[in-house]
Order: sequence, then structure tokens, then C-alpha cells
Amino acid sequence: MFSGFMVNAWIVSTLVAFVGGAVGFFIVMRGSAFVAHAIPNGSFAGAAGASLVGLSTLIGLGVFSLAGALGIGLLTRRGRHDVATALSLVFMLGLGALFLSFSVEYEPAVLSLLFGEVLGISNNQLWPTICLTILCLLVLGLLWRPLLLDSVLPDSTRGIDPFKLELAFLGLVALTTTMTVPVVGTTLIFALMIGPPAAARAFTARPGLALALSITIAVAIVWGAIAFSYETYWPIGFFVGAFSACAYAISRVAKAARRT
Amino acid sequence: MAVTDEYALRVDHVSVELGGRPILDDVGFELAPGDLTGLIGSNGAGKTTLLRVILGLLTPNSGTVAARSDGSRRSVGYVPQKFLLDPDMPLRGRDLVALGIDGHRLGIPRPSRRRRELVEEMLAAVNAEQFADTRIGRLSGGEQQRILIAHALISRPRLLLLDEPLANLDLRSAREVVELLGRIAHEQQIAVLISAHEMNALLPVMDRVVYLADGRAACGTADEVVRSDVLSRLYGHRVDVLRVHGRVIVVAGDSDDAEPTHPHQHDHVDVF
Amino acid sequence: MHAVLHAIVEPGFFSSSNVQLAVVIGGLVAVVASGVGVFTVVRGQSFAGEALGDIGAAGGSSAYLIGIGPLWGFLGINIAAASAMELIGIQRARGRDLATGIVLGLGFGLAALFLYLGTTESNTTGAPIQILFGSLFLLPSSNLPLVVAFAAGTIATLITLYRPLMLVSVSPELAAARGVPVRLISAAYLLAMAVAVALSALTIGAILSTALLIGPAATALRLTNRPHRAFLAAAGIGVGCTWLGLLLAWDSYYWPPPRNGWPVSFFVVTLVLVAYLASGVRRRRPAVSGS
Repeated sequence: MFSGFMVNAWIVSTLVAFVGGAVGFFIVMRGSAFVAHAIPNGSFAGAAGASLVGLSTLIGLGVFSLAGALGIGLLTRRGRHDVATALSLVFMLGLGALFLSFSVEYEPAVLSLLFGEVLGISNNQLWPTICLTILCLLVLGLLWRPLLLDSVLPDSTRGIDPFKLELAFLGLVALTTTMTVPVVGTTLIFALMIGPPAAARAFTARPGLALALSITIAVAIVWGAIAFSYETYWPIGFFVGAFSACAYAISRVAKAARRT
Repeated sequence: MAVTDEYALRVDHVSVELGGRPILDDVGFELAPGDLTGLIGSNGAGKTTLLRVILGLLTPNSGTVAARSDGSRRSVGYVPQKFLLDPDMPLRGRDLVALGIDGHRLGIPRPSRRRRELVEEMLAAVNAEQFADTRIGRLSGGEQQRILIAHALISRPRLLLLDEPLANLDLRSAREVVELLGRIAHEQQIAVLISAHEMNALLPVMDRVVYLADGRAACGTADEVVRSDVLSRLYGHRVDVLRVHGRVIVVAGDSDDAEPTHPHQHDHVDVF
Repeated sequence: MHAVLHAIVEPGFFSSSNVQLAVVIGGLVAVVASGVGVFTVVRGQSFAGEALGDIGAAGGSSAYLIGIGPLWGFLGINIAAASAMELIGIQRARGRDLATGIVLGLGFGLAALFLYLGTTESNTTGAPIQILFGSLFLLPSSNLPLVVAFAAGTIATLITLYRPLMLVSVSPELAAARGVPVRLISAAYLLAMAVAVALSALTIGAILSTALLIGPAATALRLTNRPHRAFLAAAGIGVGCTWLGLLLAWDSYYWPPPRNGWPVSFFVVTLVLVAYLASGVRRRRPAVSGS
């Protein structure tokens, strides 16, 4: 399990889990679940389009994620974002399906984009992933305090303009999406970014500790998913979804138990 | 003013306990048709609970509620306090009023001349003709209030209950609604019960008052009930009632127990 | 006239039995989905519709694994999920978005698993795409009686629920005071939504199924004040987008890339979005009285 090509897989997925758990912590704190659900959907189209044109999927993911993030940022400003954003997201998925339908590898491409594909991570992806990780962590470090402040006192006039902060945060989610999707898939990245932080929050209220716990749980989930996937040949997405759901369920039970 | 001796609603020794806490304690009163009665009490005094008991949505631990021609719910009209009116909701004012006729029945309404006339009549009665064709979600608070009143009235109830109708209205709309309700009560001989935490807005049209404090009630005319001795007995500690320029102000005095007065406990200045 | 028709419609469209079947099924499903969708949008339950669509992916793929038609899978899991949602009271739950997202993740995880197991066992291709993104042209005619039955049933349910559901949607308190069994009505409606989403998943795929549910409905709601017109308009838009999508997909067989054809679901979803945006333009004019 730890030989040759698997080394890449372990490294990349650890980085992915690290960043996913960290950024997910803020997603849960800010109540931006919808955003975390929306951006990966949009990036699906980007990855599909990029593969069609022959570019690296990472670029397609990146561009569409950022565009999607900006789009959502602007749309949510206008208030009722239900229908317009929902339809646009679905349109993105349809567009992605369209692009993929042009390629010979229609079905496998769809499945791996949606559900992730760890075992196919080549050396090409190693270095971009490392760079993106560093970038994400840098941005997260910069935004750490403003984000904390904003979530506790949303109408505070000190510090960064909330709209700009929101955009910066969306950009961060876009970056995270870009590096996470190739491993976990667009439909499951959300689970990875929600389950671990929710579980962490159920066990501690201190932000630093919760963040560390969130990352730890995320990494544990991904490691477990890889190990199980390697042994059973079942898709990694299944394990990520299942383990994240378990983590979330445990957090709900713990919260309920605490209340009695 | 009531013109008959019959009652429209009789509440008899009603007590309600929720979650171990007593909410209503031996409440009893009668409403006569044509009387407009204010159900006054601060938040948490039990007004909404009492209304729910009257509507049959909550069974009291003891006591009975009897409404004339009981059994059929349509004898009681109800205007709730909160309603989620989505601005996109495809219901015009007149559609919602029409639903008052038979909205509880399954199926789609069959348009008929009789329905249309009835709806027009109700809309006229509440002065809602101008905005009857606008979506209810786009109306102002006062306009929605009037539509809901028409909706409640169209089934010709004997009793009309309103839960805090004035809470979110500006002064002018509040005054209009109060006048309208007074007119409805007296002209159509309907017993109207309005819950509010602010009594002064209702004073011009209020015939009787049911004053709720700590789950206990005092009933009668405003002069009979809103007095220092009556309210002091009700609250269980000293209360002074002042009348200033036709407005009523209820002031809590020092409480008898040793607890320090705190601005956020219930013995603070209640300005009514 | 003939020339124009020939220009728009590539040969064989009207005579193909696949197309005829697709037109009937697609039309029926569009009517049901958009009708239910009017209530969905107005009750602010779009997220539930989306959740059901994505959960349906797991249902469809499990059906595929077992070897039965995907429609049963969609229906089965949607009804189960809708019941669960009603029991949990998910529309009122705090952290509802989080819970929905986790369920989505689980649903898709299961879908991934079932699809994988299914493809390795039966060695057929195309099923995953069909379940996820639909393939209206390739539906076997055995689906037709089922679709007709469920569509008719759902439409009948909607008509029956119409008045009390409107009341409940305005104010559950008010409806309760009038003797309407609020919980029952809400549950019945959620079931109708589950079936509508399942049918929609059959035609345009589980992942895209919400488009038919909320798109035409939201568009219709922008266009008219009157309730019955909203439903008619929604149905019209839904059917129009579906049929036009079918036509374009047929024509696209001759577009680049050659001999491939673009997916029907792509066209339907795009048309739905276009219709919605177009209605936004119209709305610029002040809308006062009933239209």
C-alpha cells in the first residue's frame, strides 16, 4: 500500500485533507455551507472543459472555481439567491456533462471528476498541489483573525470591509476546491469540508483546538478512505462520504448528550 | 356594545400547564356578540396560549371553552400574528380572501358568481379594493392585516380572534385597523378579541378587557379592571395605575420580597 | 413552410419511435415537476428538492446494481428520504444546510459505490451516465405505463391538496385554526415532491433533476399573480423546454463533433435557465395588477 505510485497518493491526499479540514472549519463557522456546495459544482464544468481543450484539469478547476466564487459573491449580495444560483449551478453541471460527452472517455471521466480518483494522481499533480497548499495556508493565516472577528461580530466596523472579506474567503474556498477535487471529487468535497469541522466543534469551543481537531479528523478520514479503497477497490468517494457522515453523526449525538 | 344576553364565547376555569410550568391559572370570562375585548398582557403572560386554547389547538389541563355553535371551526375567525408571505406567492389579496370560504376543503375552488360577490363584499368591508389584485407578499403590514381580516370574516364567524395585530404596524395603520375592528364588532355583532401588550391603542373602541398577568386574569370594563387595587391583586405586588391625558400607564411599585429590583425582571415600569 | 421546418428539424425526428416516446414521457414529467415546483419555490423548499435529486443518484444506482429499472430506485429512495425529512422536520432544523450537505455526501458516496459495483458486475456501459445525467432518447418503452401512472397520481394529489396546501403555505397557524391537518398535508406534499423529483431524474438525470422542478415554476411566478395561471404557465414552460431540448438534441447529432449528439439534459437545463433569465427582463416593467 505504501510503495511506488501510492506514495504520491498519500502525500497529495494528506495535503488535501489538511487544507480541506482547515478551510472547512471556517465554512462551518460562517454558515457558508451553501457556498461550499456550490463552488465545486461549478468547477465540474471547468475541469471538464479544460480536459476537452487539452489543458490541465487543475487550470480549468481553478478558473471556474474562482469565477464561480465571484459569481456567488455577487449574486448573494442581491438577496434572494435561491433560484438563480441553483439554476446556474445546475447549468454548470449540464455544461460539464456536455464537454465530457465530446470525449471518448465520457463515462470514466465523469465518474472520476464526480467521485474522485486518488490512484491516478501522477507526479504532475504533486507539485501544483504542494504549491496550492502553501498558498491556501498562507491566505488562511492572513485571514484567520478577521474571519474569527467577523463570525463573532458580523457587523463590526473595525477591520476589513465584510464584503471584501467574503470575497477573499470565497476565493480561498475556490483555491481549496481546485486542489481537493481531483482527489475527492466534486460531490464529496463538501462532505469532507463539513463533517470534520462539525465533529470538532462538538467536542471543543476553543477555535485553535477546534481547527486542529478538524484537520486531524479530516486527515484521518482521508487516510482511512485510501486504505479501504486500496484494499477493496471500492471508490474512494464512498468512504469519504460515509466516514464524513459518521463524523457528523457522532458530533450530533455528542451535542445531544451534552445537552442532557 | 352587546345587544343580546347570549354569549359568543365562554371560558370557564381554564388552567394550562406547559413543561411543568403553569401558564394559565383558573382563567374565566365571557364574550358577548358585538363586544370588542382587549386581551392585555405583557409577553409571556399567556395570551397566545389562551388563544390557542380557544381555537382548540391546545387542550387545557382543566376547564372548558364553549363557543356558540361549537363543533364547527368556522364559527371562529382567526388572524394570526406571524405569517410567512413569500413575495412570490401566487395569491392575490382576493384569492386569499376567497380561500376563507372553503380553503380547508380539498380540491380546487370552482369559480362562481356567488363567490365573487362575497369576496367583493368582504374586500369593501375592510377597504381593501385598491390592492385586492396585488400579490399578498408585496403588500404592506397594514394591508396584509386587512386582507387577513377579510379572510377571517368571510365565513361569517361569531367570534373573531386576532393575535397581536398591532405589533408591527405604524401608528396610522394601527389606528385604521382598530377603527375597522370596532366597526366590524358593533355593526356585525361579532365578538372580537384582540390580544395586545399595549392597551392604549385599543382604548377608543374597547368595550371590555381581559387583563392577564402571571397566568391569572381579571375581566370587566376598562374602568372596572384597570385600577390600582385590581391589578395589584392580580400581579401579587403593588401596582399603580395612572391616567395621563386619556392614556393609561401602569407602574410597578416596590415588590414585597427581598429581591432587588432589576430592570429586566417583570416588575419594571410597564408603560401601557 | 416546409423548407423552414426542414431547416429546424433534422430528418427522422417525427418518425422515430424513440423520439415519440421521449416526447410523451418528457412532456408528462415536465408537467408534474413544474406543477409541484410551484409549491416548492413558494414554500422555500428548493433545498429539499435539490437534496432529493442528489439522493436519487444513490437510489438510481442501487436499482441499477440490483438490476431493476432506475425509476424504482429513484422513487424508492426519494420517498424514503422525504419521509425522513418530514420526521426530522428538516425545514425547521437549525444547521439544515449542513445536514443536507452531509446527506448529499453520503448519497453520492453510495452512488459511487453502487455504480462501481454495478459496472464491474454487469460490464455494461452507459448506465452511470443515464442515471446521473439522464438519457431521454434511450428510455425503454416499458417505462411508459409507470410514468403515466405516477404522473397521473401526482397531478391528482396536487389538485386534491391545492386549497389546504395554499392555506398551509400562507400560515400553518391559520390553517390549523381552520381545522386543516397541517402535518398530514405537508407530508403528502413532500411525497408528491419526492415522486416529481424521481420522475425528473428519469428524464434529465438525478444530478440535474432540480432544474425542472424549480426553474419553470420560478419563471412562471415572476410572470403572473394568479394562482391557476402560475401552474399553467409553469407547465407550459416546462414542457416547452423539454420538447425544444429534445429537438435540439436530435439536431445536434449533425453538429460537431460528428455523430455524437449533445445530451438532452444539457439543452433542457440551459433552456430552463434562459427562460428564467428572460422573465427577469420582462419584470423590469412595474407589475401592479394581475397579469
